[in-house]
Parts: sequence; structure tokens; C-alpha cells
Amino acid sequence: MIFKELIKIIIYGTLVVLFISVNALFLVWAERRVSARIQLRRGPIHVGWQGLLQTVADAVKLISKELVLPKEADRFLYILAPMLVFAPLLSAFLVLPLAQNVVIRDLNIGFLFIFSLTNITFIGIFIAGWSSNNKYALLGSMRAVAQNISYEIPLLLSTMGVVLLTGTLKMSELVPAQAKGWFLFTQPVAFLIFLCSSLAEANRAPFDIPEAESELVAGFHTEYSGMRFALFFLGEYTAIFISSAIAAALFLGGWQGPLLPGLVWFLIKTYGIIFIVMWIRWTFPRLRSDQLMALAWKVLIPLAMVNVFVTALVLELQKILA
Amino acid sequence: MIADIFFMGVALLTLLGALLAVSLKNVFYNALSLILSLFGVACLFIFLNSEFLAIIEIILYIGAIAIAIIFAIMLSSPMIQKKEEKPDVKKIARSFILAALFFWGLLQTLRRTVWPAANPEGDYSLGAIGKSLLSNQILPFETVSLVLLVAIIGALMLAEKKGTAR
Repeated sequence: MIFKELIKIIIYGTLVVLFISVNALFLVWAERRVSARIQLRRGPIHVGWQGLLQTVADAVKLISKELVLPKEADRFLYILAPMLVFAPLLSAFLVLPLAQNVVIRDLNIGFLFIFSLTNITFIGIFIAGWSSNNKYALLGSMRAVAQNISYEIPLLLSTMGVVLLTGTLKMSELVPAQAKGWFLFTQPVAFLIFLCSSLAEANRAPFDIPEAESELVAGFHTEYSGMRFALFFLGEYTAIFISSAIAAALFLGGWQGPLLPGLVWFLIKTYGIIFIVMWIRWTFPRLRSDQLMALAWKVLIPLAMVNVFVTALVLELQKILA
Repeated sequence: MIADIFFMGVALLTLLGALLAVSLKNVFYNALSLILSLFGVACLFIFLNSEFLAIIEIILYIGAIAIAIIFAIMLSSPMIQKKEEKPDVKKIARSFILAALFFWGLLQTLRRTVWPAANPEGDYSLGAIGKSLLSNQILPFETVSLVLLVAIIGALMLAEKKGTAR
């Protein structure tokens, strides 16, 4: 029994880590190709078929690079930070509904589990910026955390509309509830708020103020090199995947779809949203820091609250009329 | 078996975090140890099968309060504090007596309270928690919201006084 559990943990762990690495390599390649397409360039095309092996080559370069440790840095925290940023993202895979009846742990609290763990990622970012002993890194990490805790509120509020409609947080019940119609159509405002806030949560352009290279060099990971930098990078792309996967599960009907198996539909929807995210990144310019905060507090949060209120009102009216 | 090992690990982690939070010299490290301890408590909630309390512990205590503490440290003290302070015996004695009194009070309360075991068959879903908050527990719930409202208004007042333009 113990043995079986242990084997299960090891197998799932290995699969998730493997998926994360392949996913990040693919997404970096996709990002380059999409950006090239938008900017009328060609992007990586020489290494491997359509340049698919370019990111593998880059990864090998990153792994073989020297790990620089700044002299004045806080050694222990400096080494700890990339792990703290990366580890919570790994555990997010516990609750993703990959296909019908395929959820590693179907927790009662469902996707809230992921949102709570992202808080530990923020701590990791904070530690990274502080321990580097570099003013750009510190400024970047402060901006990142301020932005992340602000945008967490509209992110959570926007999902509440869906929760009101289904009356559950369980991933395994949220997806079948959309058999008749996706929540994208009944909760369009919530979907837009969710997409917008998850962009900000993942520090993606147009909300990439923590890493604004024209102001802050590279933000909180300025001092990081080699594999430690790669972990931040991996973390960013995994975060994009996870938030897109949650959006697909909550608003686009998750694994549901005709003909193809559930996992394929789930991945198609997730990567579709990721494509939109990339499209947004290469289309819009970066916001200013105060504009970003104003957007969160003055537009998104009131809008999300109104959405929750209207949803509850409509549900109650339906009850009275029926 | 695995659960037991994990439980021991989590319990040790919580205690270690609490110990480090009060014993380390660097303020930033103190805050981080506090986070470690809070995370351990959240894990203990998972062991008690109350996932909701666990995530609320993480979202509120780590995501909001601990981050606010770290922000305050960063905005007020130099980046890496190197100055070593001599331990003040009087201060330590004073805080020791206070802490001992408080601990004694806590111990008495713990001993005298009857701890009724929760019914394992009961409804512990989120919906049930929400319903009980807005029906049976409405008074504490509303009191807490009143306290929060006062805090918000207070924060706004404080922020406006130091404002420049107006």
C-alpha cells in the first residue's frame, strides 16, 4: 500500500516535471514565432524542423552556463528564491482537470488551491529581489508583488460568478456543468476580467512592469544567471499555461468536445488561450505603474463586484419566477 | 505511514519556523520564518481535512499579512542590516514575564474549555460554511466586517493627511 502510493507520487511527479519542461520549450518557440509573425520577421527556422530545436539548444546553453553568485548577495535566500517561485507551480497540476475523471486530487476547494499557492510564488519573487542586493532587482520585486496582490482580487472575484452558477469549487463538477453551454457565453465579463488579471499575475506584457527592461534592466531576476534564471523563465511559462488551463476549465468547457479525446480538447483550448495571450503581448505597449494600479482598483475590481452582484440577482430572480 | 512521517515533518517545520521567527537577528529573516510557521499551520489544517481553512490561512496570512510585514520592513530599514545589537537584559526579562503570563492564561483557557469533537458526518462543504456564516454566525461575521470598515476608513484618513496636493 505504502509502496503503491510512493510509486504513484514518483510517476505523477516525473510526468509533471517532464510536461513542464517540454511545455516551456514549446511555448518559448511559439512565442518567438508568433512575435516574428506579428513583426513581419521569420523567427527561428534553422535549427530542426521549423526551428523547433532552437529552444532546446538555448536550454543546453543555459544549463552549461556558470552560476554567478553576487558577492554582496544573501547566499541562502539567493539560492532559495528560484525554487520558491517554481515549486508552487508544480503543485498546481494536482487539481487541473486534464480529462474526464482525470484529476490527480479532486479537492473540495478546487482552483482556489492554485490561487492560494501563487502567494508563495510572490514571496519567492520578493526574496529574489531582496537577496540580490541590487536596486533594480529590489524595485522590480516590489512592483511585482504590489501588482500581484492587487490583481489577485479581481482574479478571484471574476471566478465567483462561475462558482455562483454551479454552486461548487470542485474542478470535476465545474467542467460537466458546462455541457449545455460554456460559461464564456453566460459570464463574458468575468472571462475578460479573468484573462486580464491572469496576464498581470504572470507578469506578462502589457503588464510586465516588474521586468520592464527599459527601466529596470530585468527586474527581480537581474542578478540571476544560468539554470537559476532558467527556473524563473520556466516558472513564467508554466504560470501562463496554468492560468490558461484554469480559464479553459472554467469558461471554455474544459475537456468537453466532440470526437477527439478529452485531453486533446483540453490542450487545444488551453493553447488557444495561450495564443491569445501572446497576441496581446506583441500588440499592446506596456502600461505605466500607476496606470496599472488604477486599472486594477478603479476598473477591474468594481466591474468584478458588479458581475458577482448581477449574477446573484439573476439567479435569485430565476428562482422566484420558476 | 507516509502521512505520519509528513505530519512529523510539518509539525517540526511549524515549530522551527516559530522558533526562528523570534530568535534570528535579521528582521527580514524573522518575517520569512513567520511565513514558514504559517505555512506549517496551513499544512496542519490539511491534515485535519479542512482544506478551506488551509487555503484561507495561506491567502490571508501569507498572501496579505506577511507580505504587508515584508513591505513595511523593506520601506523602513536598510536592505541588509549588519549592525549587531547587544541583548538588553531588562527588556528580555520584562518580555519574558509578560509572555509567561500570557502563556499561563492561554494554558488555563485551553485546559478549562470543553472541546467538543466535530461530527464527522456533518456537512463541511463551502456552501455550508457560507450559509452558517450568514445565518447562525451572523453577529460575529457582521462585527468583523464593521472592524474592517473602521480599519479601511482609518487607513484612508492616515493616507490623506500625508497627501501633498490636497
